[in-house]
Amino acid sequence: MFSFCTDPALLDDLPWMACYLTTGKHMAFYASFGTVLLLLAITAPVALLFGFLGAMATRSQIAPLRWLGRGYTSMVRGIPDIAFFLFVPIALDQGLEWLRHKVRCPDWELPVRQGNDFVVCDIAKLPLSNAPQWVHEGYGFGTAVLAFAVVFGAFAANVIHGAMTAVPRAQMETAEAYGMTRRQAFWRILVPQMWIFALPGLSNLWQILVKATPLLFLLGVEDIVYWARELGGSKTSTFTYPHPDWRLYYFLFLLVFYLALTQVSEIAFGRLARRLSRGQATAAGDALRKAAA
Amino acid sequence: MSCWQTIQDYGLRSLGIGERLLPRSDITLCEQFTLIGSGMIWNVYFGVLALAFGFFLSVALAMGKASSRALVRKPCEWFIFLFRGSPLFIQFFLAYEALTLLPRTGVSLPLGIVTLTIETSWVTRAWAGALLVLFLNTSAYAAEIFHGALRSIPRGESEAADAYGMAGWTKFRRITFPTMLRLAWPGYTNEAIFLFHATALVFFSSFPAWRQQGDALYYASYLADRTFNPFIPYPIFAGYFIVLTVIVIVVFGRINARLNRHLARDARPSLKIRPQLVR
Repeated sequence: MFSFCTDPALLDDLPWMACYLTTGKHMAFYASFGTVLLLLAITAPVALLFGFLGAMATRSQIAPLRWLGRGYTSMVRGIPDIAFFLFVPIALDQGLEWLRHKVRCPDWELPVRQGNDFVVCDIAKLPLSNAPQWVHEGYGFGTAVLAFAVVFGAFAANVIHGAMTAVPRAQMETAEAYGMTRRQAFWRILVPQMWIFALPGLSNLWQILVKATPLLFLLGVEDIVYWARELGGSKTSTFTYPHPDWRLYYFLFLLVFYLALTQVSEIAFGRLARRLSRGQATAAGDALRKAAA
Repeated sequence: MSCWQTIQDYGLRSLGIGERLLPRSDITLCEQFTLIGSGMIWNVYFGVLALAFGFFLSVALAMGKASSRALVRKPCEWFIFLFRGSPLFIQFFLAYEALTLLPRTGVSLPLGIVTLTIETSWVTRAWAGALLVLFLNTSAYAAEIFHGALRSIPRGESEAADAYGMAGWTKFRRITFPTMLRLAWPGYTNEAIFLFHATALVFFSSFPAWRQQGDALYYASYLADRTFNPFIPYPIFAGYFIVLTVIVIVVFGRINARLNRHLARDARPSLKIRPQLVR
């Protein structure tokens, strides 16, 4: 990075540190914070969508759809989510490979499950074994995002369903009195008003999602935990930058990062709650009206 | 090999009793049930002990956070913020790294004439180290619940206690604490379920499983790796956890009924179970 970094063994403490913290691997470490933020940025809307669909399904008038929605939300609640994080990516991977196997290699005679092995033909592998490295990484990241979205979608469905039932009954009755259909009343009256009731639950969920991101490491994604362990481990003198076991400091840094992230989110959600309370028939909305008058 | 034989071999495998080698090939359904069930011993151990110890610390922290003295309030607030604001996963890693920094030979404390040597090697083992993290973590979460309950104690009850001349410890023991517990109990039940779910992280993510003595998830993922078939061990794991969750709900529901026994039947709050996920 810097011109004086050619031979780190000769450097003093401060320049040594400057060189050490700007090595290529450290750059990958800093970039992995972006991976975590990217995961949050993709997962949150997808989970919200899953949640919305789940909540709509639990309200549905079609019985099988309602059962599906209820089953989805209650299944995730009783089981530790880490089981889902381990299960969903493997199950998804094997399911997709099996489907591709059926389509691409119809002549394949052998069973897919051979005792303890799961074997599909070569051109059905996902991603293909000759695919470039970034495809493999992207695929792993994608299944991880889906696993997060499935779990958090179920919790969001719970929150949104609660919020939908919390919208005052009179609002829906008024909509019906104006001759709106069920669909119109749902989209024009219920959906715009439910967000303020959903917000406390959703903000809680966001905090939990933030705190679940280190689990990416367990899914084999090269995230901040991976790099902290990699970089912090003790390096012998065969390395350019030898140092003892510094993992404790790396993890302290991660701790500070997460504390900052949760704290900033809390402030942001506080502002959003104020914004959404405007004109609402709630205590917070009344308080805002009084303050303005 | 009969299933009964398998249970004898592997039933207490997670404690190091029975067969030493884990099954490697031709893994039967019975072996999967037995091994994962044996791992559940650790989940129950961590959950029960962390809750039992954490209860006292969390009440103390909640009282501290409600204190008017900044010297008491601030440390409690910081403790709660630290453990609630960061992922449990990172806390495990951090604790493990910090505990391994302690000298292996033990710490010597010179006490005048005698030198006291404290063994430190045991704290890096999961049964102590992870328990410590879980205990501190659940204390912080439960303290926030208790603090919320403390703030919503009806003012009339407190005033009535004052009118009867109660103060200090007597008031706390007879009025504040029972009411706080009663109000906090539904939230505390969720926290308990949450904690039991969190115990699944211990062996899997941070503390090494000594001689392959791990918890339920450790064995479930071992079996999934061995058989390339996640569709059997993970549902078994999930099944065990659903049973555990139901037991927690029943036990806490009983306590809830007892805490509210003086109220009119329709005024009793019911437990709303909203289990959370990884923290």
